[in-house]
Amino acid sequence: MNIHEYQAKQIFAKYGVPTPRGIIANTPSQAMTNAQELGGKIWVVKAQIHAGGRGLGGGVKLAKSLKEVKQLASEILGMTLVTHQTGPEGKLVQKVYIEEGADIVDELYLGVVLDRAREMPVIMASTEGGMAIEDVAHDSPEKIIKVAVDPAIGFQGFHGRELAFGLGLAKEEQGKFIKFAKAVYNLYMENDAEMIEINPLIKTASGDFMALDGKMGFDDSALGRHPDIEDMRDISEEDADEREASRYGLSYISLDGEIGCMVNGAGLAMGTMDTINYMGGTPANFLDVGGSANAETVAKGFEIILKNPKVKAIFVNIFGGIVRCDRIANGILEATKITDVNVPVIVRLDGTNAPEAAEILKNANIPNIIVATDLGDGAAKSVAAAKGK
Amino acid sequence: MSILVNKDTKVIVQGFTGKEGSFHAEQCMAYGTKIVGGVTPNKGGQVHLGQPVFNTVKEAVEATGATVSMIFVPPAFVADAVMEAADAGIELAVIITEGAPVRDMQAAKAFAVKHGMMTIGPNCPGIITAEECKIGIMPGMIFKKGNVGLISKSGTLTYEGANQVVKEGFGITTAVGIGGDPIIGLSYKQLLPMFEADPETECIVMIGEIGGDLEIQAAAYIKEHITKPVVAFIAGQTAPAGKRMGHAGAIISGGAGTAAEKMAALEAAGVKVVVSPAEIGKAVAEVLSKRS
Repeated sequence: MNIHEYQAKQIFAKYGVPTPRGIIANTPSQAMTNAQELGGKIWVVKAQIHAGGRGLGGGVKLAKSLKEVKQLASEILGMTLVTHQTGPEGKLVQKVYIEEGADIVDELYLGVVLDRAREMPVIMASTEGGMAIEDVAHDSPEKIIKVAVDPAIGFQGFHGRELAFGLGLAKEEQGKFIKFAKAVYNLYMENDAEMIEINPLIKTASGDFMALDGKMGFDDSALGRHPDIEDMRDISEEDADEREASRYGLSYISLDGEIGCMVNGAGLAMGTMDTINYMGGTPANFLDVGGSANAETVAKGFEIILKNPKVKAIFVNIFGGIVRCDRIANGILEATKITDVNVPVIVRLDGTNAPEAAEILKNANIPNIIVATDLGDGAAKSVAAAKGK
Repeated sequence: MSILVNKDTKVIVQGFTGKEGSFHAEQCMAYGTKIVGGVTPNKGGQVHLGQPVFNTVKEAVEATGATVSMIFVPPAFVADAVMEAADAGIELAVIITEGAPVRDMQAAKAFAVKHGMMTIGPNCPGIITAEECKIGIMPGMIFKKGNVGLISKSGTLTYEGANQVVKEGFGITTAVGIGGDPIIGLSYKQLLPMFEADPETECIVMIGEIGGDLEIQAAAYIKEHITKPVVAFIAGQTAPAGKRMGHAGAIISGGAGTAAEKMAALEAAGVKVVVSPAEIGKAVAEVLSKRS
């Protein structure tokens, strides 16, 4: 789960990580009132969406008067912001964060993620703040300092020194920076974060460090023990179909193609998409019905797949282990009763209770159901069906 | 022969009396697995599925001599269960539970390594030595005895791969589902040398997916150390970047962990890489016919 910048900054504040002062706004006049309350002469109006690259997309603007704050807020609120992380469809801006202007002397980068190879969190710091870290990693990897922290010992002085010396900080800056980095590491661990990115982390004229931006994602499996983080969930940022699917234990991701897929298991679901692609077709979605699939969830799966008008055929590919094929077959029959399944459905059922399932489908005698013998056969028939053959 | 487990392996079940634990323990016993007892706190002294229940893993190990534990406890308690097993001297823990927090698994695995306990999973189908010992949730009937070793991040692709191998007239020595979470126990790099050393295994099937770099590490290892033919499939060639494809670890992030780079690394290591999982069986038949 991801949160907005303003929410990340609320968490930062709790851990003593300095940020500029700011107030969230839903309307242009609220934005102006907020700016007035903050005081000062310069404000930044920042679109709040779950994606990076907001500045380049025109979602972060500097205002030099209260009137300008209101003007810019009215432009940004309601706009569809397109960045390199939103996809071409962009994201609707529903909130703006009004922040006091900061006195920037230097821009750094600080992030924490899990290093899967070393199996511990790694703190990444760079002097190249304000740029996409992927680009820095690609063009000048030596400019990224990586320090892995073993959670069994936590953040120690030497971790901090490695970061501070790596960044070439002056003696009087080191203490403040190390305190900053330690607080960020601690909040990463204590909140079961998956990643934290502060880009840029600025050095101000007064020699302080401040998080000018903040991006945080959390481990979904740990949200149960963080009700305060769960409360920060913004449903409007999530895909409605993906969310509805998850309520039924289905894992769904929509794609661009024409062949709807319903599969058990994430690996086989990806493998099915790959096979369709290999045979000249295009998958319309990823859908894992999970281990507890039954008639209801299968019917729901059909409903979600068929919402996509591009779908010209559906490939049901089940290798029953825990999932029983006869239940899936009944689910397909159920679905044809509830929803108008007006495209060819190619069905491959193998594994537990496959013969019973074949019998169920045969007896039902539904004209647009095409039975396939194995994965390759099913994918080929699906591609042909989607092309109207 | 086989790797890690066989018909003599003594297994206990943590979370023995729960719904999932009971159902799958019974299936494993029917397959022939020597389940010698189980652990459920406060149910010690009871008999479940004809086997003794203990309050702690330590008691279970002392009384039964078990060396392997199959873990079915709920996600919030998995780390505790794994560490208890390691502390009690279990040699291999097979963690089936899905949805364990990453931070918990990080700590549990580090502790297991320190105590010399191997782990498989979490969020995996388990391990099976064909026609001898099944420790997990896979449909046992697919796995016929043979000469192919299998390592897979995905449960259903394990079944798909094994089924094709059997349909081509071959069979399985041992199949290991390693799971697709960000932190897992035994991986390709630890399992490949076991299959290399197993005299019955003549070919290894390796099924990976997008995310992380375990397959890249495996490619480097295969190039240097593996003489047996390897067939590989990497799931997620058509997966979009930045989207988590079901498994917690199956995500292309920052342009890294793509199927294309993994396939290229494996091909460069001399592995026969197939672009569709539907080709696994045929590819195994091809490399084995070349060999004999």
